[in-house]
Amino acid sequence: MRSPFLLPVAGLALVGAAAYAIFFVAPEEATMGAIQRIFYFHIASGWTAGVAFLLAFAANIAYLAGRAPKWDWLGVASVEVGLAFCTVVLITGPIWAKPVWGIWWTWDARLTSTLVLWLLYVSYLALRSLVEDPRRRAVACAVFGVFAFLDVPLVYFSIRIWRTQHPQPVIAGGEGSGLDPVMWQVTVLTMAALMGVMALLVWQRYRLEALRQQTAELALP
Amino acid sequence: MSLLRAAAWVLLKEMRTEWRTRELLTTTVVFVLMVVVLFSFTFDPTREESRRFSPGLLWLSFLFAGSLMLNPSFTREQANDTWQALRLAPVEPFAVLLGKIGANLLFLTLAEWLLLPVFGVLYDVSLLRVLGSLAGVLLLGTLGLCVVGTVFAAISAQARMRELLLPVLLLPALTPVLIAGVEATAGLLEREPRLDWTWVKILAGFDVVFLAASYLTSEYLAEE
Repeated sequence: MRSPFLLPVAGLALVGAAAYAIFFVAPEEATMGAIQRIFYFHIASGWTAGVAFLLAFAANIAYLAGRAPKWDWLGVASVEVGLAFCTVVLITGPIWAKPVWGIWWTWDARLTSTLVLWLLYVSYLALRSLVEDPRRRAVACAVFGVFAFLDVPLVYFSIRIWRTQHPQPVIAGGEGSGLDPVMWQVTVLTMAALMGVMALLVWQRYRLEALRQQTAELALP
Repeated sequence: MSLLRAAAWVLLKEMRTEWRTRELLTTTVVFVLMVVVLFSFTFDPTREESRRFSPGLLWLSFLFAGSLMLNPSFTREQANDTWQALRLAPVEPFAVLLGKIGANLLFLTLAEWLLLPVFGVLYDVSLLRVLGSLAGVLLLGTLGLCVVGTVFAAISAQARMRELLLPVLLLPALTPVLIAGVEATAGLLEREPRLDWTWVKILAGFDVVFLAASYLTSEYLAEE
């Protein structure tokens, strides 16, 4: 049997390699300077959170379709991990914005929608902690998760029409945009590292939930 | 029994229950009145400012009112042990949900219309000239609030701290309704009133998406 430490160590090494590349390999950005290096973790965390929430949505649908408890476990695991990465986005963003924009926070479209997204999934966890019966909790969370996920594009579009200040996408944003090839490679490496960590954490959290369920069933009524 | 007929029966039942006590409607009206009055203490608005603040104030107070008044929709059934009977009724689960959405829409709209004149007087905004468009915007926004709110009320009815949980679930989800409702209303209250169709479309889109979602999830809400 392979060592239980193999994957976590590999994940950690990947994050370490990404951090090394961010600080020592990636070139310094011309106008923003060193602070731009936070962008690698910021963007990669955003994408990772998005993938985790997408996974949670798929798990919620699968639970409603088949009622297998494992989908409920995957649902809560992905929401919790996605929320952690979303928190990283919300913390690294202001750290970058203060020196570059001169303010910590602004009610811009992406910032505001990310905050609302964060609030939506925090309320998912609130709901989860307040329903006792496992079956009812699973159904309630799955239905709420579907509604929350459907809400995300509506939130995004309504806020985007309302206002926008976030830098336009630099990676594929039309003319004048484009990334230094080394910056690209570092971005992809960071993305891979964080996706790997996300998958690991979701897997661990899933197993924890499964064990919790088993012990709950073993307990005397 | 057809879906709409069954939903109409549930709606009638809700109306009859409410008519006997009228407690939901009176409490909601008094609550919104309080919010509207208290707001003026925190902002001390001049005439020009109140034109700027009033759409937000209006929608926020309706949103708070909705997130509180939707609670009894299902908790009342539980308290009276009538939820079981509704679940066992030989109709589609969506009919029960639709009836309740309709009842909540009716009660909240009634409360809104009772408060609009008071609001117009206290904040010195002329609502009469845009009454038709305002009615449409209010109806679309309130429908969205009631669709999502009724589903979330069914969810939160099974939880502890349900009175507190419903606003926590509902308010972030209603962000699009709040923004679109406020912006559309702000356009109507300008010196040269205009109806911005972008916001009306967002409100209508919200309603359609979540009516469909509640249709698809209604059978799970009716489970024991």
